[in-house]
Amino acid sequence: MKPFQYLRPTGVDAAVRDLTAQPDAAKFIAGGTNLIDLMKEHVEQPTTLVDINRLPLATVEELEDGGLRLGALVTNADTAYHPLVEQRYPLLSKAILAGASAQLRNMATNGGNLFQRTRCYYFYDTSMPCNKRHSGPSQGPAGCGALHGYNRIHAILGTESADGNVHCIATHPSDMCVALAALEAVVRVSGPQGERTIPIADFHRLPGDTPQHDNTLRPGELVTAIDLPANGFSHYNSYLKLRDRASYAFALVSVAAALELERSDASGDQISAARLAMGGVAHKPWRKTEAEALLVGQRPTPDVFGRAADALLDGAQGYGHNTFKIELAKRAIVRALSQAAKLEPTE
Amino acid sequence: MQTATLPTPVTQPRSAPPEPVGTGVRSFSLTINGAEYELNVAPWTTLLDALREYLDLTGTKKGCDHGQCGACTVLVDGKRINSCLTLAVMHEDHQITTIEGLADAQTGDLHPVQQAFIDHDAFQCGYCTPGQICSAVGMINEGRVKTDADIRELMSGNICRCGAYPHIVDAIRDVMQLNPTAQ
Ligand SMILES: Cc1cc2nc3c(=O)[nH]c(=O)nc-3n(C[C@H](O)[C@H](O)[C@H](O)COP(=O)(O)OP(=O)(O)OC[C@H]3O[C@@H](n4cnc5c(N)ncnc54)[C@H](O)[C@@H]3O)c2cc1C
Ligand code: SF4
Ligand code: FES
Ligand code: FES
Repeated sequence: MKPFQYLRPTGVDAAVRDLTAQPDAAKFIAGGTNLIDLMKEHVEQPTTLVDINRLPLATVEELEDGGLRLGALVTNADTAYHPLVEQRYPLLSKAILAGASAQLRNMATNGGNLFQRTRCYYFYDTSMPCNKRHSGPSQGPAGCGALHGYNRIHAILGTESADGNVHCIATHPSDMCVALAALEAVVRVSGPQGERTIPIADFHRLPGDTPQHDNTLRPGELVTAIDLPANGFSHYNSYLKLRDRASYAFALVSVAAALELERSDASGDQISAARLAMGGVAHKPWRKTEAEALLVGQRPTPDVFGRAADALLDGAQGYGHNTFKIELAKRAIVRALSQAAKLEPTE
Repeated sequence: MQTATLPTPVTQPRSAPPEPVGTGVRSFSLTINGAEYELNVAPWTTLLDALREYLDLTGTKKGCDHGQCGACTVLVDGKRINSCLTLAVMHEDHQITTIEGLADAQTGDLHPVQQAFIDHDAFQCGYCTPGQICSAVGMINEGRVKTDADIRELMSGNICRCGAYPHIVDAIRDVMQLNPTAQ
């Protein structure tokens, strides 16, 4: 790690001030599980670390509208095992518990999880070209090592920039964020200009021609909480994660599926609401309301699920080693929706 | 990582204003296995390096230094974490337990999980073992395990290159008095 100054404010405003004082050189640190790793590799080289662990952001609170507010500093483990999350948002519990290891989940925070950076191998290796890492020669050469390199874990959707070029095919590696996308969570931030909220769909971004930016946060802004809306789709949901080993591995593809079913007539159920989001396939959790609309008003059958899968994967493009993900993703969607509808067991 | 050369400890008066202290060596104390240890280290010293390089508590192992193996697992306020991905300075007011602190300090009796690892021959080279044992103790505290499958899933953060997994599961199941056929 490069030397840095260590600050430990106790209030949100002070933390924001500390960061705003040197927006390019300072970083917040929460659980440290991603930032310290990247600092050891010199991928991140902050000269000031602002430790936010003493900020009063470690509570889970019920909201008046029936939703739940998850403090930015609540650990992933405490969130997943929180009785209200287990009862009302089992999809979120399952997604968090599918990620990392018990030790890491005990350190990782809800805020930090949103910001975890891609696991692209070229991004991690400062001797390799990488447009996402590149901001000056100290962080290695520009270019994209993965595009014509080894790209088995990389993105198949949303990679093209407006000019038709591809600058980065990294994926966002979070499991938690896929469930947050399906649940339409809202991110609360506090910054030099005050507070604002960002719908999760607008929080992460596609790489375009500026893959250095993972999200839409402005300089100096701090995430204070994540709000979950009242509807947690707690009866019919599934988080399906496919990976190279059964546990403690990042997703090749993952699916958060959530349904509401209504008895339409004597012959069976009909889907009255649907949410579908994917991880491991794009620079952000991948969701398209068009795919969900194809499910509503239909009976929960594999054919119907297949049509939603085709719609969600529309425009998918493989780069060689990762082309298998297109078919894998479609099958994973059908299975996850079947599990959510209780037509198939979960494992 | 700065592990090869130890920075010369700078003596700072304990009454010096605690923050900010800049990029230099920082003085603080850590509570480890019930004892207080004074440290004079740079803020970029990980908890793992503080234990091993500065406090001579080398029971905690460094496998990958990247959160990928679990060899560095310690308990912080009873919860298992990877000591390689956290800074020592972030734990000033926590209770840290390492493998050295699990045995009964008065009687010297091993912790039941330590004893079970011996009884079940749950290691070969032993490098992952302190992490496995601390992790198992943390897992038992969490109270989420009912089956062998739960043990395997919730111990997945501890890699064993020797592949002692079946005996590790046996040892933990024994301590928890789980029924081996529970599904
Ligand atoms: C071996 C390994 C395996 C893993 N496997 C998985 C997996 O399978 N699935 C998965 O989803 N994740 C996985 N993870 C990633 C893990 O979930 C993240 O590292 C963790 O969620 C990051 O949270 P943190 O609190 O430790 O963040 P930190 O490392 O402290 O911070 C990460 C970034 O977020 C910023 N930040 C933190 N909090 C805030 C805030 N409140 N406001 C603004 N900025 C903030 C920091 O400045 C930093 O840039 C794995 C990690 C490791 C090391
Ligand atoms: S895919 Fe993105 S992160 Fe990976 S090398 Fe290319 S530019 Fe860098
Ligand atoms: S040394 Fe910490 S997880 Fe491997
Ligand atoms: S006993 Fe050798 S690594 Fe586990």
